Amino acid sequence: MRSGGRPEGTLQGPDASQTRRSRSLRERIGSWFDRNAGNVFLLPTFLIVLLLSIFPFLVSAYLSLSRIRFVRGGFEITFVGLRNYRKLIKGSEKRHFLGVFGDFSLISWLILIVFVALLGYALWRYLRSGHRISAAGVIYRIITFSILSYGMWYLLKTLSSGGRPGTLAVTFIYVFLGIGCQYLLGLGLALLTTQRLVGRRFFRVVFLLPMMITPVGIAYTFRMLTDTDKGPINPIWKLLGLAEVSWVTSPWGARWAIMIGDIWQWTPFMFIVLLAAIEGLPEELFEAAHVDGASRWQIFWNITLPQLVPVSVTVVLIRMIEAFKIVDLPNVLTNGGPGTATESLTLHSFFTWRALDLGGSAAIAYMLLIVSLFVGISYANLLQQRAQR
Amino acid sequence: MQPIRRLFQSRSLHKPSPGTAIISYILLGIWAFIVLFPLYWLVVTSLKLPIQVIEGPFYLPWIDFDPSTHAWTYIFVDVWNDTVRPYINTIIVAIVSSVLALLFGGSAAYGLTRFTYRPRLAAIFTFLGLLVLSIVAINLGLDWRLALVVAVAVFLLLLQPISKRFQRSLGNNDIAFWLISQRILPPVAVVIPIYVLFQRMGLLDTLTALIVTYMAVNLPIVVWLMRDYFQSIPLELEESAKVDGASPYRVFWSITLPLAVPGMVATFLFVLVFAWNEYLLALFLSTADAQTMPLLVAAQNATRGPQWWYMSVLILIMIIPVIILAIVLERFISRGLLVGAVKG
Repeated sequence: MRSGGRPEGTLQGPDASQTRRSRSLRERIGSWFDRNAGNVFLLPTFLIVLLLSIFPFLVSAYLSLSRIRFVRGGFEITFVGLRNYRKLIKGSEKRHFLGVFGDFSLISWLILIVFVALLGYALWRYLRSGHRISAAGVIYRIITFSILSYGMWYLLKTLSSGGRPGTLAVTFIYVFLGIGCQYLLGLGLALLTTQRLVGRRFFRVVFLLPMMITPVGIAYTFRMLTDTDKGPINPIWKLLGLAEVSWVTSPWGARWAIMIGDIWQWTPFMFIVLLAAIEGLPEELFEAAHVDGASRWQIFWNITLPQLVPVSVTVVLIRMIEAFKIVDLPNVLTNGGPGTATESLTLHSFFTWRALDLGGSAAIAYMLLIVSLFVGISYANLLQQRAQR
Repeated sequence: MQPIRRLFQSRSLHKPSPGTAIISYILLGIWAFIVLFPLYWLVVTSLKLPIQVIEGPFYLPWIDFDPSTHAWTYIFVDVWNDTVRPYINTIIVAIVSSVLALLFGGSAAYGLTRFTYRPRLAAIFTFLGLLVLSIVAINLGLDWRLALVVAVAVFLLLLQPISKRFQRSLGNNDIAFWLISQRILPPVAVVIPIYVLFQRMGLLDTLTALIVTYMAVNLPIVVWLMRDYFQSIPLELEESAKVDGASPYRVFWSITLPLAVPGMVATFLFVLVFAWNEYLLALFLSTADAQTMPLLVAAQNATRGPQWWYMSVLILIMIIPVIILAIVLERFISRGLLVGAVKG
């Protein structure tokens, strides 16, 4: 980061050399402001965020540790410790929050073993890399990797036969499957519209639109589109002989309906950022490759893609942070159903809040925060640093 | 010779062969259809009578069914007042909150790239400790004004001795990370306390509450984007202005800001779109007077079931200004102006 040095040293104007007596009050105030310019720039934001994020954050933490009962003329708060959390992980809400565990099949075991082996390989490479290994780094990685393996085990367990994913697993499904599709589609579209085609500006504007429409509106629009009686898609579906696949009664159908809505809305975000990044790549690289006779595919694979890695890591991180909070689409489109098959964590928290269990609602919100923080930070640490190297 | 060849090659580089062009057009056409079909369906639905919606899918006006403007006249004539008030509310809230977020967030981002900050860890922990203490005290029945005054006084008293004693401090990157990480907070985790806060201040269901909340929610993203942008602006001009004796504010206002206009416009549009579309926070913080358009859209799902035809009209009139924004945003990308803001 560039920095202009400490303001005290560098920013004193010529008036500092004048004698103290000749300075009027106004000048003195002015010079105080000049000396503290850094604080004047930063403090308003700092205070606003402090007041409207940190304060509610702490109050919510307290709420999640207590039970709130509505009595006549107000409410009373009793401190109950970790009971709200225990209820989610072990108690009555476990089936709702974590889901039901099924039996492991051969494929699940294979996936788990491959996943753990990959993590082990990453750890081994880190140990072999030689420079800048610290005990803290090793411990940090071992902890992160074991939590990631546990997360994978949990996902596979709820997704295998006999299991049923809870709201936590459903949120993971939305985040990973949804973002994967959005990234691939966004990258493809960005590559297509950077070609010199007639009318590409029209396509770019059209592709940007979904991102800018209100999520509630999109949710209702997709409810209209996916309606099995009056929706426009069902007749076409029937024509193709796929009428048995219903997105209302089958859990995966409903989940895909929501993910398609999400993909429809957020592919433009990936698209716009990747488009800007591709447009910003230096022309010389491509020219050199072109002169050397590289094919289109080689140019993409060896030049464009490596250049896009840092932006890609960042944009996936931004989307991940936002995708963990998905609520509008499942709320409007399926209302969490069938059963709880499409309920995301935010929706779960919202339903609990509507049932006036404020403490439980805050506990779910905190679990969401912990999970997304962990995933976000480990993602950023393990991938971003590698990408920047 | 060389420049001419380069010009020729760089032109031929991105120009696809006819075969590639056809495949590209097909793929682009498919996605354009996927994007536009829901919007087309909104237009068609807004022109249908309720009976035409309920009886099943009709695709083409004039061929499948006779279009009617009943929904449009209902929204624009019969309930004109109920439509125009949320619309104006949304415009005011979106623009004012975005301008404020850009003002505060932009200057914070500027500060973070041009000055060195060394907040003492000790001061931060003192502050947090006092905050927790005063929340507990308020819960135990202390008047919140009194608690605030006492906490501020104790903080000011303790600040000097404590920060002299413990010297460890944070840097600019830590502050930036802290500000940006506020974006991770799920709104459900903070909305109940914010609700209580505005209720205590008597600001519930006012535009002020929405403006302040949206501004706070948007600040992290503004700081994030603008910090990257300011970093890409060279320092030489600013330094020569400083040598000439300009105050830091003058440097910021007359030199850096004009250079940062493209990045600011792009950031502004991002933030504006968010504030224009926000639903969850508005649901908690406003009921009647400060109703915004997303709430009005959702309100069409009334006791009689969703009124698809009215809803389509409302969604469409929300989209129209946004199309203009999309065109402006596209212009910025094709001129390569967004690059600094998304470099990551």
